[in-house]
Amino acid sequence: MIVLAASDTAVEAAATAYRPGVTGAFAVEICVLALLVAVALSMVRMRRLFGVAMLSGIYSLLSAAFFVALDAVDVAFTEAAVGAGISTVLVLSGIALTAKRELPVSRERTVLPLAIVIVTGAALVYATIDMPAFGDPGAPANAYVGNAYIEATPTDIEVPNIVTAVLASYRGFDTLGETVVVFTAGLACLLLLGAGASRGGGRNDDGEH
Amino acid sequence: MGHLILRVTIKLLFAPIILFAFYVQFHGDYGPGGGFQAGVILAAAFVLHALGFGLDRCQRIIPPSWLPVGMALGVLIYAGTGVFTMLMGENFLDYDIIQPDSHHNAGQHIGIIAVELGVGLAVAATMLQIFYAFAGREPEPMDDAW
Repeated sequence: MIVLAASDTAVEAAATAYRPGVTGAFAVEICVLALLVAVALSMVRMRRLFGVAMLSGIYSLLSAAFFVALDAVDVAFTEAAVGAGISTVLVLSGIALTAKRELPVSRERTVLPLAIVIVTGAALVYATIDMPAFGDPGAPANAYVGNAYIEATPTDIEVPNIVTAVLASYRGFDTLGETVVVFTAGLACLLLLGAGASRGGGRNDDGEH
Repeated sequence: MGHLILRVTIKLLFAPIILFAFYVQFHGDYGPGGGFQAGVILAAAFVLHALGFGLDRCQRIIPPSWLPVGMALGVLIYAGTGVFTMLMGENFLDYDIIQPDSHHNAGQHIGIIAVELGVGLAVAATMLQIFYAFAGREPEPMDDAW
């Protein structure tokens, strides 16, 4: 309530702008989520890995659209570029090195994974009951350090995009760590697969020895 | 001459994609985006070129030996910015010391642009390196292999 009092004009504006019920944005979000479920189910059913790779790209693009609907433009941008762009290409070049079809699995072996997935999914759905509503000003994500960043960025950093200010300045150390993670991923690929690439794309003959 | 439509489309899109990558890189302070997204988009332009025209032509423009250098240089630019601020007598990655007398936080802006440049270089080089590592294993996937 203290937090509410601190910025009550903004909260009131948000409260009047947000009307629960079937608005246009709500309908779009439900459509995108339904499409996500449909894509995920058809990925599970499909045996041709080329189709699965294409559908995973479509899944990422739909997630990006959903993030835009939630006003998380930076996240949507990353999801579209990495998920729909680069990883689809990487999965395709991975498929080119292996089989083109997924082998059918016997019924008995699907029971345990299905049970694990159902239990985990139920736990996640149960956890969402405790989550604050989207855009709730009293939610922990909007109450503590987030407010401090929003208030301090115009005087401390003076960049219009607060996401960049948090990413590169307030949390610069985290981003350094992320960059090192990306570097390490490239290094691991170089160590595991690099021999072929450094010879300019020659065919590998690992399997013949 | 197969893939004619694809190749013409790729030729049309190649330059705008790179331009967009640089826009995202340097406009990250003002709009959505930043080094990570820009690096991925830049790498995607070259991946697209390699898919349409073959890996060899792409590797003639960006030799595979450059990419580990780019990866390491990106991380070094980022960490070097932090070490630079330490040498100036402030905390690691405390950009204010770069322009201490500025009234509009120019030090922060310079610092952010420097580290975003490091992120962009590291990410672009890493993405292209991973693509080269995968795509370089076999000459080319057959058209009827799918």
